[in-house]
Amino acid sequence: MKSYGLIAEFNSATVLLEAAKRVRDAGYRRWDVFTPFPIHGMEKVMGYKNSLVGWFALAFGGGAFLSVVGLIWFANAFDYPLIVGGKPMFSVPMTFVPAYIMLIMGGAIGALVGMFATNQLPRWHHPLFKNPRFSLATRDKFFIVIGANDPKFSETETRKLLESLGGAHIEIVEDND
Amino acid sequence: MAESATNLKVLAPPAELRRAPVVENYRGLGALTDKLSAFAEGKIPKWWIISIAISGFCAAVVLPTMLIYQISTGVGVWGNRAPVMWGWDIVNFIWWIGIAHAGTLISAMLFLTRQHWRTTIGRAAEAMTVFSVMMAGLYPGIHVGRAWFDWFMFPIPNSNGLWPQFRSPLMWDVFAVNTYLVVSTLFWYMGMIPDLAAFRDRATTRPRKFIFGIFAMGWTGSAWQWHNYEKAYVVLAGLATLLVFTVSSIVGLDFCTSMLAGWHATIFPLYFVVGAVYCGFGMVLVLLIPLRKLCHLEEVITQRHIDRVCKLTLMSSLIIAYIYLMEFFVAWYSGDTYERWVFGHRLFGHTYWYGGWIMLLVNVGLAQLLWFKRARQNLKLIFIIGLCINVGMWFERFVIVVGSLYQDFLPSSWGIFFPTWVDAGTFIGTLGVFFTMYLLFVKFLPMIAMAEVKAVMPDANPYHKPKGRAK
Repeated sequence: MKSYGLIAEFNSATVLLEAAKRVRDAGYRRWDVFTPFPIHGMEKVMGYKNSLVGWFALAFGGGAFLSVVGLIWFANAFDYPLIVGGKPMFSVPMTFVPAYIMLIMGGAIGALVGMFATNQLPRWHHPLFKNPRFSLATRDKFFIVIGANDPKFSETETRKLLESLGGAHIEIVEDND
Repeated sequence: MAESATNLKVLAPPAELRRAPVVENYRGLGALTDKLSAFAEGKIPKWWIISIAISGFCAAVVLPTMLIYQISTGVGVWGNRAPVMWGWDIVNFIWWIGIAHAGTLISAMLFLTRQHWRTTIGRAAEAMTVFSVMMAGLYPGIHVGRAWFDWFMFPIPNSNGLWPQFRSPLMWDVFAVNTYLVVSTLFWYMGMIPDLAAFRDRATTRPRKFIFGIFAMGWTGSAWQWHNYEKAYVVLAGLATLLVFTVSSIVGLDFCTSMLAGWHATIFPLYFVVGAVYCGFGMVLVLLIPLRKLCHLEEVITQRHIDRVCKLTLMSSLIIAYIYLMEFFVAWYSGDTYERWVFGHRLFGHTYWYGGWIMLLVNVGLAQLLWFKRARQNLKLIFIIGLCINVGMWFERFVIVVGSLYQDFLPSSWGIFFPTWVDAGTFIGTLGVFFTMYLLFVKFLPMIAMAEVKAVMPDANPYHKPKGRAK
């Protein structure tokens, strides 16, 4: 039976943030926190850079915008030229509204796709789901999990660290995969 | 630490300056989670069964009957005939799309402006958006007459070699309404993922765990997930905010690009946006006031939140009043005979004068009651005001659509519009579908954005000191 890591439970966001800082300072690199809601300040502790989701939205939205401009040119000026009110067959302003609307649709789809892609979701199985206490992570408890694949991981030392931080129910999470 | 360094005494701020808590009677995150999921997990109450029986009948029997009759016979079974080719169907289309807008305004715009109180009503308002856009989209689809040719509206390569005409605002409408449906559904669903995960983790039966597990997409709530999720949420909120201003503007453009007196006005896009939001706030009041009582959520959707919705309603009513004033003024000031004729007839004509007066008295007059704090705290009264606003705004659209069409430039082509029982049945049917979906949403999905509400609780702030002053 492989071990996925050590899980420790905390009671409040304040304690969790302090504990996370100490885990980081202790030199661990493969660890994560699990909370019922986003805790602001945590991204700094975890050392996250700006999320890539915005770029996904821009790429999808911009792509949608340009493809609708192209589609309108193709449909109304090239494939079946249509004279409406004596206007030119194609001009950029006439494409704006549908293209802009599709930019919004593309951007929204891009944001969702980006969220799933960066978070590697959907992933319906997770070693943590096997831990009975972990279901409280969407309720009112806060968890730190230090991965067994962390170079500094040692079952005794890591357990001691988590205990000193005030973690409760420190347990080994098994990796069944 | 200030308290250890000095003995400085800090006086508590006066009552009127103290910030009221978002949720009353707050007893910790766990108890809050229980409270917010209690209705979805509890036994099905009687009122729910009775309501869904009624709305389900309208949805499953009345609407299909009307649609089958209408589609198999023709648009003529409605009251639409020359010169009034846009009747109740277009009125209802604008009405439904309008209701949607307030939901997006609450869930997206108030999110961007960081209004904490919006977390408690955002999800319910967003659901209202999704369902009413669906109902709105139905009408143009059958109004075209041959519903089986609806695919002509989309730029699909076909054997006829024909394409849609992209210069037409009616074509833009197709894009706008579909985009609105997609974006608001995505926004609604993505906001729900952490709460679906909470439902999954709370589930006591296997089917519940399985179904919520599927839709929660394997959410764990890790810092990395929240980091990307929050970015995606703010991007979606920004894009949805654009839609608040875009969709009804485009519906307004359908009207103002035509040459008809009463429609041909540059104020229309703005007019429709504000009217939409106003009508939607009315619907928010109509939905939330009974729901908070029936689902025992008075401490979450507090009187204060309702009060704020009332203030937003009042504000949009004032903008609507200004726009009515400008419309009438511009009609008079233009000196155009036909414009003056149409606007004179809105209030003093022989056929639809009542519509114009209902529009003015309800939308401008009745809403002024909301200036008074005593009125804003009387839930029964504001429920009635909300209902009246929905009726008033429906009549506004009726006055704009039918009131401008029935007497145009040539007296020989004047005519009167009579709605038929199929018109009424279709409208009742869409109301039924809307309320059925809403009831199902309330009973089976997280109706309150739990993760968001928890995030604005005092102890969710990691810098919060449980026994300190900063409460």
